[in-house]
Amino acid sequence: MIDVLQAVVPPALFFSAPLIFTALGGVFSERSGVVNIGLEGLMVMGAFVSIVFNLTFADTFGSFTPWLAMIVAAIISGLFAIIHALATVSFRADHVVSGIAINFLALGLGVFLTKQWYDKGQTEAISKPFYTMNVPVLSDIPIIGPIFFQGVYITSYLAIILAVVAWYILFKTSFGLRLRAVGEHPMAADTNGINVFRMRYIAVIISGFLGGLGGSVFALTIALDFSSSTIVGQGFMSLAAVIFGKWHPLGAMGAALFFGFAQSLSVISSSIPLLQDVPQVFLLIAPYVLTILALAGFIGRAEAPSALGDAYIKGSR
Amino acid sequence: MNDFVIEMLGIRKEFPGVVANDNITLQVKKGEIHALLGENGAGKSTLMNVLFGLYQAEKGTIKIKGEKVDISNPNIANDLGIGMVHQHFMLVEPFTVTQNIILGSEPTHIAGKIDLKKAEKEVQDLSNQYGLQVDAKAKIQDISVGMQQRVEILKMLYRGADVLILDEPTAVLTPQEINELIEIMKSLVNEDKSIILITHKLKEIMQICDRCTVIRKGTGIGTVDVNQTTVDELAALMVGRNVNFKTEKTIATPQETVLEVQDLHVNDTRKVPIVKGMNFNVRKNEIVGIAGVDGNGQTELIEAIAGLRKIESGSILLNDKRIDHLSPRKITEKGVAHIPQDRQKLGLVLNYSVSENAVLQTYYQRPFSRLKMLQKDKIDDYAKRIAEEYDVRTPSIQTEARALSGGNQQKLIIGREVDRSPDLLIAGQPTRGLDVGAIEFIHQKLVEERDAGRGVLLLSFELDEIFNVSDRILVVFDGEIVADVNPAETNEQELGLLMAGQVTEKGGTVREE
Amino acid sequence: MKSSRFINILIPLISVFIGLVAGGIIMLMYGYNPIAGFLALWNGAFGDIYFIGETLRQVTPYILTGLAVAFAFRAGLFNIGAEGQVIVGWLAAVWVGIAVDAPIYIHLPLAVLVAAVAGGLYGFIPGILKAKLGVHEVIVTIMLNYIALYSANSIIRDVLTDRADKTDKISPTASLTSEWLQAFTDFSRLHYGIIIALVMAMVMWYIMEKTTLGYEIKAVGFNPHASEYAGMKVQKNIMITMAISGAFAGLGGAMEGLGTFEYMAIQGDFSNLGFDGIAVALLGANKAIGVLFAALLFGGLKVGALNMPTEAGVPSELVDVIIAFIIFFVASSYIIRWMLTRKKKEENK
Repeated sequence: MIDVLQAVVPPALFFSAPLIFTALGGVFSERSGVVNIGLEGLMVMGAFVSIVFNLTFADTFGSFTPWLAMIVAAIISGLFAIIHALATVSFRADHVVSGIAINFLALGLGVFLTKQWYDKGQTEAISKPFYTMNVPVLSDIPIIGPIFFQGVYITSYLAIILAVVAWYILFKTSFGLRLRAVGEHPMAADTNGINVFRMRYIAVIISGFLGGLGGSVFALTIALDFSSSTIVGQGFMSLAAVIFGKWHPLGAMGAALFFGFAQSLSVISSSIPLLQDVPQVFLLIAPYVLTILALAGFIGRAEAPSALGDAYIKGSR
Repeated sequence: MNDFVIEMLGIRKEFPGVVANDNITLQVKKGEIHALLGENGAGKSTLMNVLFGLYQAEKGTIKIKGEKVDISNPNIANDLGIGMVHQHFMLVEPFTVTQNIILGSEPTHIAGKIDLKKAEKEVQDLSNQYGLQVDAKAKIQDISVGMQQRVEILKMLYRGADVLILDEPTAVLTPQEINELIEIMKSLVNEDKSIILITHKLKEIMQICDRCTVIRKGTGIGTVDVNQTTVDELAALMVGRNVNFKTEKTIATPQETVLEVQDLHVNDTRKVPIVKGMNFNVRKNEIVGIAGVDGNGQTELIEAIAGLRKIESGSILLNDKRIDHLSPRKITEKGVAHIPQDRQKLGLVLNYSVSENAVLQTYYQRPFSRLKMLQKDKIDDYAKRIAEEYDVRTPSIQTEARALSGGNQQKLIIGREVDRSPDLLIAGQPTRGLDVGAIEFIHQKLVEERDAGRGVLLLSFELDEIFNVSDRILVVFDGEIVADVNPAETNEQELGLLMAGQVTEKGGTVREE
Repeated sequence: MKSSRFINILIPLISVFIGLVAGGIIMLMYGYNPIAGFLALWNGAFGDIYFIGETLRQVTPYILTGLAVAFAFRAGLFNIGAEGQVIVGWLAAVWVGIAVDAPIYIHLPLAVLVAAVAGGLYGFIPGILKAKLGVHEVIVTIMLNYIALYSANSIIRDVLTDRADKTDKISPTASLTSEWLQAFTDFSRLHYGIIIALVMAMVMWYIMEKTTLGYEIKAVGFNPHASEYAGMKVQKNIMITMAISGAFAGLGGAMEGLGTFEYMAIQGDFSNLGFDGIAVALLGANKAIGVLFAALLFGGLKVGALNMPTEAGVPSELVDVIIAFIIFFVASSYIIRWMLTRKKKEENK
């Protein structure tokens, strides 16, 4: 049993980390009332930027390279997300359509620039990825140590910590209260002196930042290069985690962990006796099927923020 | 001379194509309850939104305590001590009372953490101070409409408002809640707050206000002292002419029963019983008015008759045949016409043309459809006739219904419904939000339909309308019919008590809870 | 009235213009000659009869996925699931094309029909979830896209073949290919599917504008409450609409499976036919005639893009960027409308 857990848990954590980051981004955006189908594109942007940065500056920054790549990717994705905010908040574009355009744009730009800079559709593999590590002290704890703290990526723990931070921000601080108010009843927030537009811009930029973080973590731990097929569906799966987690940061984290677990199973199932006979496809589609079931109310009703997807037009009822 | 807390001088506000406010002056004294009176659409809310900083005026000045100010957003209004309780509450449903009140000015610890304990105590203390009886920890979605309104007032007080704007505050309240609100308003002015009460209900003004500013079609008419005026005078100021509230009609001669409702039980959207055993009938050649405070089951009753809401038990009979388990379409076909309460939400497809809306229930029947294909010529001919006969003023029958005024939208609906020659005509708040001219036209039409042999069921929250048009009045309270009275043999006082559930028809007995 | 119709036509044109300008600016930024780039794009799309054939071949599924999205839009529903419905239709068509043995006049219509039914059923799932349980169709259709992708891959690998990457070729009796059309277009892959697509555009136009069903669907899209009041069955209309929408997309899949490729391969990612269909529908203002023009534009862009690297050295992905900008501006039509009306106001003053 312990062997099985030891085989399953680290890859599950490994696969979930990008989903957790991105899903947290989705929570911020959607809690403020902006639907973010563009998470996929934000991840693409994050993956692209982090790989390019890593390839370009590996020699300059040495072992700091992946960290810096991650931060730069997050910042640029955050800026990229302003386009989504501009379209949805200021130009009153349909949120879903704008999100789809974000996805097109990120992939188009990413691959265009890859071809431009590397003369082919796929970059070289990076030389400075994140490596697995054993967490000092904790990895020596019997049973728990080998399962949770040996051969793991530090980014997985960063993701979990960030989920707690996101929960604290959204539910304990005045910023979070205002952000949620804007997503539930923007006019009420407005009459209370909260700048609805500014809150939504901030939320969307945060979602871009976190989506970029997710994309970069995926690129720097799993993909290790960039091409048009680096990010295929992870953004949408993160969106599923947002909904499955009922728009709650910890719920989204739990869902992302579960989806990551399902993904890791589809990769390593052949080595686990119990799962050898389960067709891989069931594990692949499990996150999506479960999300539909959750939405249909078979697994507790998921309540979206009331004003999700609505443009706020000042002075209208 | 300057004891005015608020002065709005010569305010003009335009929207694309309309002047909503033109040269309006409003001056409010400290410690008074000042009414802002006008018909629906006269520009009351626009004026208040200008004061509250949601809109910016094109012309005119605003002075607070004698000083000229520029209110470009609600924050500034808040800082100047102006608070507004909107008709549609500005409350976040899943938040608690305290969270709603502190939103935007939260007391915080270090690291941005909200000091909820402190806030809850402050809110509770403030609530106790003004006798508002609000539970600081309750969620908005769990408390009554009356309490939600008190939360709104509390929100203003928490922000240190000296001037409170209340937009049609009694529209959603039961009579008891209205009395409580009046007490609260009195205690507020005793604490030197000033109140602007937006309303079109003359009696409320006479009852509690000190002065009253009247606006009509966007223009300021003037300000009067309430104790030196009468209801009639106020009405004339509001409408611009002497109003004859009486509709001409003969005494009804009811014939055989058209609609029979027996022991009807209906649940509301939250699956809570709201119609609790109603029994009544409507006969040919009579108008039966349903009086009652909103939320006592009237809406659900009408929806049940029209087939839009499932019934739990009992029966509804049209011409002695049960219709209570039929679809809306079948019920329409059996001879029920329905002028819905919310004409824009239910009565019309606003993006459809006048022509397309004219056949909303009949598009599939001959001659409008053959072999499932629409016959556009026939539909247009029909729409033209309806528009002419019912005075629907529209540039063309191809114009979108959205572009029509409220009165013309309503005339289109009435024309369409009445033209089917129904046996039963249900009219839900048929004159809500309309100007006086349209109201008179519609009341006349209802009487004409009665005289043409229909049974008319009229739902209205305006007692004047009920008295004016009905041949028989059913009073609804808490999901039951508590009285069936002849309008000639009762008065508003008695009806008001009945509506409040205070007495039964026979008089005297107070309902035991 | 007239001026608003004029603006409605102007908005897509302005959006396309802005998208092309953005593409030109990007080309300039990276040292390409935009004129050469656009010329290569044009030549690759309409430069000779072969390219025209290829463009029309690409336009065929675009018309159908565009109709799918547009049809649902008219009922107020957002079918992001065209992508999955394409996959399901493609798979079903190829399955019938391989497994059934029948003369062409039975086999081909059967394969096309089965694709439509399969796509329709797949569209029906979000329809029934929306109608009966009020589940938002956008998320459900996104999830169904991935379910379709992975399931189809699994079926191709484990059911239709013995762990191969693609299916066998369909039997000639189920094929839409046309030697005549191929010969006429210098051996492009143009097939008879274009006729099916055009007919379907007429079908959509007819349903929407002429029938009581269209009247109901549009009414439900504009105002479900009023539709219910008027005696229409809102839930039924939602389900029917999603099924018809799915059927259109399923036919789009059949075009690929029976016409262009005549097989189905395992896909690592989506073909984007469904997502592009959203762009087509939006640009075409959700009207059948508009969809035809928009499909022609996007088909031309996509096919022409392939000529850009060879003729002008510009990476073909530039076209994806252009398409993204077009979508942005069509979606943000509010701001274009606002600018246009403001300009008109100033002129009037």
